[in-house]
Amino acid sequence: METVFSQYAWLVPVFPLAAFLILLAFGRGMKRTGPVIATLGSLASLVLSALVLIEQLGGADEYNNGFDWIQIGGYTLTVGFDVTNLTALMMVVVSLVAFLVNVYSIGYMKDDERISVFFAYVALFTCSMLGLVIADNLLMLYIFWELVGLCSFLLIGFWYYKPEAKAAAKKAFIVTRVGDVGFLIALLLLFWYMPDHDLSFAAIANVFGQTGLITEGITTLIAILIFLGAVGKSGQFPLHVWLPDAMEGPTPISALIHAATMVAAGVFLVARTFPIFEASPAALDTVAWVGAFTAIFAASIAIAQDDIKRILAYSTVSQLGYMMMALGLGSVTAAMFHLFTHAFFKALLFLGAGSVIHAVHTQNIHEMGGLGKTMKTTAWTFAVGALALAGIPPLSGFWSKDAILAEALHDHPALFAIGIAAALLTALYMSRLFFLVFAGKPRKGASGHESPAVMTVPLVVLALLAVVAGFVEMPFEGTGWFGEWLTGHAAAHEGTALVMLVSTAVGLLGIYLGWLIYVKGAIPRDAVTKRMPWLTRLLERKYYIDEIYHAVFVVSLRAIGRAFDAFDRHVVGGAVRLAGGAAVWTGRAATRMQNGQLQSYGLYAVIGLVILAAAIAGRRFW
Amino acid sequence: MLSSYLTMAAILFCIGLYGALTKRNAVIVLMSVELMLNSVNLNLVAFSKYGVVPSLTGQIFSLFTISVAAAEVAVGVAILIALFRSRGSANVDEFNEMRR
Repeated sequence: METVFSQYAWLVPVFPLAAFLILLAFGRGMKRTGPVIATLGSLASLVLSALVLIEQLGGADEYNNGFDWIQIGGYTLTVGFDVTNLTALMMVVVSLVAFLVNVYSIGYMKDDERISVFFAYVALFTCSMLGLVIADNLLMLYIFWELVGLCSFLLIGFWYYKPEAKAAAKKAFIVTRVGDVGFLIALLLLFWYMPDHDLSFAAIANVFGQTGLITEGITTLIAILIFLGAVGKSGQFPLHVWLPDAMEGPTPISALIHAATMVAAGVFLVARTFPIFEASPAALDTVAWVGAFTAIFAASIAIAQDDIKRILAYSTVSQLGYMMMALGLGSVTAAMFHLFTHAFFKALLFLGAGSVIHAVHTQNIHEMGGLGKTMKTTAWTFAVGALALAGIPPLSGFWSKDAILAEALHDHPALFAIGIAAALLTALYMSRLFFLVFAGKPRKGASGHESPAVMTVPLVVLALLAVVAGFVEMPFEGTGWFGEWLTGHAAAHEGTALVMLVSTAVGLLGIYLGWLIYVKGAIPRDAVTKRMPWLTRLLERKYYIDEIYHAVFVVSLRAIGRAFDAFDRHVVGGAVRLAGGAAVWTGRAATRMQNGQLQSYGLYAVIGLVILAAAIAGRRFW
Repeated sequence: MLSSYLTMAAILFCIGLYGALTKRNAVIVLMSVELMLNSVNLNLVAFSKYGVVPSLTGQIFSLFTISVAAAEVAVGVAILIALFRSRGSANVDEFNEMRR
């Protein structure tokens, strides 16, 4: 089939870029029109990427085009874009969520002084994220990867007058940097080992698809280092610490960057470079276990948090862990499917949380309650998102989580057990969150009011998507076209009935438990706290990871920094001061010598003459 | 012969130098400077007579030096008198105008 729109796919990131440039140049005077321009930019991206997706769904060929950017000796650096089924899908997900978040932000950020700056950053982020998606080589992807990191930093620290926001922005930047260094080293290794230094994804797939071209040790090393980059970006253990703190940014940002798109970039990166991972079983195992551990680890923390956004942040970390686990099990299909559905329901949950925060001006769930009566739209859309996240059929989260769990059961029963346990925890913390916020009686007089339509309409759209997005890949005969379209492999469907039963039962059990504890009160809330106070404390303090990092890395690095500082201050600075001091001291002495007495001048001249004569005479004896 | 002239000149020069650097009275200082000039003249004459290539140039040169020295003393004494009139003293260490 002809590729009509696919060849113009490079325009998709250009629209938000144009919006960014306009806002950058004229933003100050456009408090009203600025947001509209940014929204229109993302709408244009959405329309074009939807057209591309429709074309790809219709069976169009993959399209690749680009141009030579830099020639260094015999090496040519190319810039280009890839339209494949995977990138077309990701483009639509990114631009759709970006568009909805833009619309939502018009309402949410209405009273902010720097609203046009906000929209400029969002537009830049949208551009970089879309660029990351369609990049056809790893180097270009890396450039955009850093750009989204920059935008994330700028937007987390958007309210820079809050010290927590400033600290969180720095933390996000520094912690992801740890992963990015790994990614960069992987990039250099690839550059070194790839034939012709070709970093395009097509070449990578080609080279790593054949055995023997690159040794297994190097392959594993490269894969692990790439995965390290993904760990940083996607908030996997042990680099997850920045993501919950990133919630200091405006809530639409949490929805767009820290739930739906940027944090999924790590998953996307692994999916895009999957041939490397496929060539190294050890790397796949690492990915699977890190993902599984993160899934249950973050879910357990989410149970004990009190901040509505932090709960959702840990939930995001946990769900990203699921995706990584799916990748580690070798199923790009299941991972991308979960990424696809998760983007919608998690963005929905964050925007719903933003709507709640907008209404009650607090983020502590214990200070909310009974909001279901006053915020009807928010409440039912949030319920849809929560049920989808908890994996209740027939919502989208159920199908995608099922796909992952089915893969796990097929390959690795231990990972399946972890996945089921994490699913139980997920259902439990979501029901806790939902019941505390929307059910019961209002606490502390925070009754709330419904948000304006500009904020609720995106919620409704996302809720609809959260319901239907799962139907693209159902584990029944003849319905699994999505996986095959996406990656060319159909998802594994063995033991599906068992998985569906178990995961539904677990989800319902979690919700029932939550209902018993937080609505009916049949189980007292402090049942666990009373018997095992250390456990609650451990979870509340997030396993003391931050404290451990502080003690191990921050303190020791600060000590090294102090040592270097002392060296710089005393040794280097001392030498500089000595040089300067010597000049000053000489000057002072010379000033004292210049006393206006002709006779002393004569004396100095004679002394100089004697020294000269002595020197000349002395040279003879040398 | 040459060395005795040169020694004599060196002694004279050192006396002159010592006087020029240590005496407080400006008149004595001027006289000491004259002494140094004269020791130089002595050198010039000695070299013109006993040097490696004897010639009259040295003696003519010393005549020039004497006349220049006379002019210098005339100017120097004139300045001295002006200073003495304005300051009421001829002590060299009281004059530090060069510092300003």
